[in-house]
Amino acid sequence: MIRFEGVHKWFGPLHVLNNINLRVKPGEVVVVCGPSGSGKSTLIRTINDLEPINEGKLVVAGMDLSDRKTDINKLRAEIGFVFQQFNLYPHLTVLKNITLAPIKIRKLDRKTAEEQAMALLERVGLAEKRNAHPSQLSGGQQQRVAIARGLAMKPKIMLFDEPTSALDPEMIGEVLQVMKDLAVSGMTMMVVTHEMGFAREVSHRVVFMDHGTVLEEAEPEEFFKNPQHDRAQQFLKQILSPMH
Amino acid sequence: MHYHFDWAVVTGGKYYEWLVSGVYVTVKLSLVSIALSFLLGLVIAVMRMSRFGPVRWFAHGYLEFFRNTPLLVQMFFWYFGSYKILPQSVNDWLVKGDFEFAAAVIALTIYTSAFIAEDIRSGVRSIPKEQMEAARSSGFSYIRSMRYIILPQAVRLTIPPLINQFLNLMKNSSLAMTIGVAELMYQARQVESYTFKGFEAFSAATLVYLAMSFVITGLMTLYDRMVLQPIKGR
Repeated sequence: MIRFEGVHKWFGPLHVLNNINLRVKPGEVVVVCGPSGSGKSTLIRTINDLEPINEGKLVVAGMDLSDRKTDINKLRAEIGFVFQQFNLYPHLTVLKNITLAPIKIRKLDRKTAEEQAMALLERVGLAEKRNAHPSQLSGGQQQRVAIARGLAMKPKIMLFDEPTSALDPEMIGEVLQVMKDLAVSGMTMMVVTHEMGFAREVSHRVVFMDHGTVLEEAEPEEFFKNPQHDRAQQFLKQILSPMH
Repeated sequence: MHYHFDWAVVTGGKYYEWLVSGVYVTVKLSLVSIALSFLLGLVIAVMRMSRFGPVRWFAHGYLEFFRNTPLLVQMFFWYFGSYKILPQSVNDWLVKGDFEFAAAVIALTIYTSAFIAEDIRSGVRSIPKEQMEAARSSGFSYIRSMRYIILPQAVRLTIPPLINQFLNLMKNSSLAMTIGVAELMYQARQVESYTFKGFEAFSAATLVYLAMSFVITGLMTLYDRMVLQPIKGR
C-alpha cells in the first residue's frame, strides 16, 4: 500500500530523511516513533506529498509520487490525514467540515453526504454536536471530528501525525479508542505517536527513527521487550519512565 | 448675513425630485461597483499570491498602477480615452447604452479593487498555513482550497477594512459627476445652479451621503457580528 525505496529529503543542509526503505501492507497498522527532530513527522507528510521527496521512489496506493505525471489531488483524496492541531475549518459546522470534501470532490449529493457524515459522527460518539462550530468543542472532540472528516472520503489509508500530542491527558483515551476501533476494522494506518500503549496493543509493527534514519523496525512485542539499537533502548527508557 | 434660507427647495417639488433621482443613481452606481470591485479584488488577491511568476507580476503591476494614480484621472481615461482606441461598432453600441455610467462603474471598480485585493491578501496571510494543508490533504486543488476554505475565513477577518473601502467607494462615486453621470452630487449642483440655494442643496447631499455611510457601516457590522461570532476564540 505504501512503499518507500531509498527515499531522501533535505531541508537546506539538513538531511531530514536519509535512505528510507519501508513497506506498509493493506490493513497494516504501523506506529512510527522516535525522539523529536528525528524526521518522523516529515516521513508521514511525504506520503500525501505535503512534503515532496528529493530522491528515491515512493509509491502510495498504486500511485508513484516520484512521477511528475501523478495527479496529487487524486492521490490525496484516497488518504485521510489527521493533524496534531486538528485543523478543522473554523468557519464551518461539524457536519459541514465532514461533508465539504465528499460533496465537492467525490460529487456526492448533499443528502447522501450528510447521512454518511452522521453515521461517522455516530461512530466517533459526537452525533449531537453536528451543528456546533469547532471552537465550541474540546480538543478531544475536535480530533474525533477530524478523524470522521478523514474517513468521510472513504480513504484507502489513514495517516496520523501525533494525533494526541496537543490534547489534555483526560482526552487522549477517547481519541485512541476511536483509532483502535478503526484499526480493528481493517484500515491501513500509519501513526506517528508517543503513545506506547497504543503501539503495543494495536499496532502490527513499530518503526523507530532517529536523525532521519529508520534504526529499527520490529513487531511491538519484540520492540518493547528487546530493542536492538541502543538509541531505541535509551528512547524507550526515557519515554516509559521519564523520571529516571 | 442676508442669506435667505429656503429649505422648501430641497424638501419637495421639482428640485427635490432631481435630488431623489440623484440618490437613486448614486445608490445604483455604488452597489454595482461595490459588488464588482469585491469580486475583482478577490481575483486579483488570489493572482497576487499565485505560484506562477507572470500571474503574480501582472497582479502586482495592476495593484501598483491603479492604487497610485488618481481616481479622477482614471475616470477621465475610461470616459474620454478608452473609446478612441475601440472599434467604431463597439463605440456605437456603447453610446446607445449609458456610457457615462459604464465608465464610472469601470473606474470605481478597478480603482477600489486594487485596495480590496491588498486587504484580502493580508486577511489570507493571517489564516494559519495548516488550514491550507488540511484542505490540500483532502484533495482540494490550490484554487479550490482558496475558494472553499481560505477565502471564506479571510473575508470575514477582512470586514473592518472592507467597510472602509466600501465607504470610500460610495463617497468617491461623487466624482462621476465630472463625466456627466447624473448622480447625487451632479443633481445637487444642478439645483444650486437653478435656484442659487447652494447651502440647502449641498446640505441635503451631505446628509444623504452621511446616511448612506451609516447604512453601509451598520449592515457590515451586523454581518460581522453574525458570522464572526462562531469562529472567534479559536
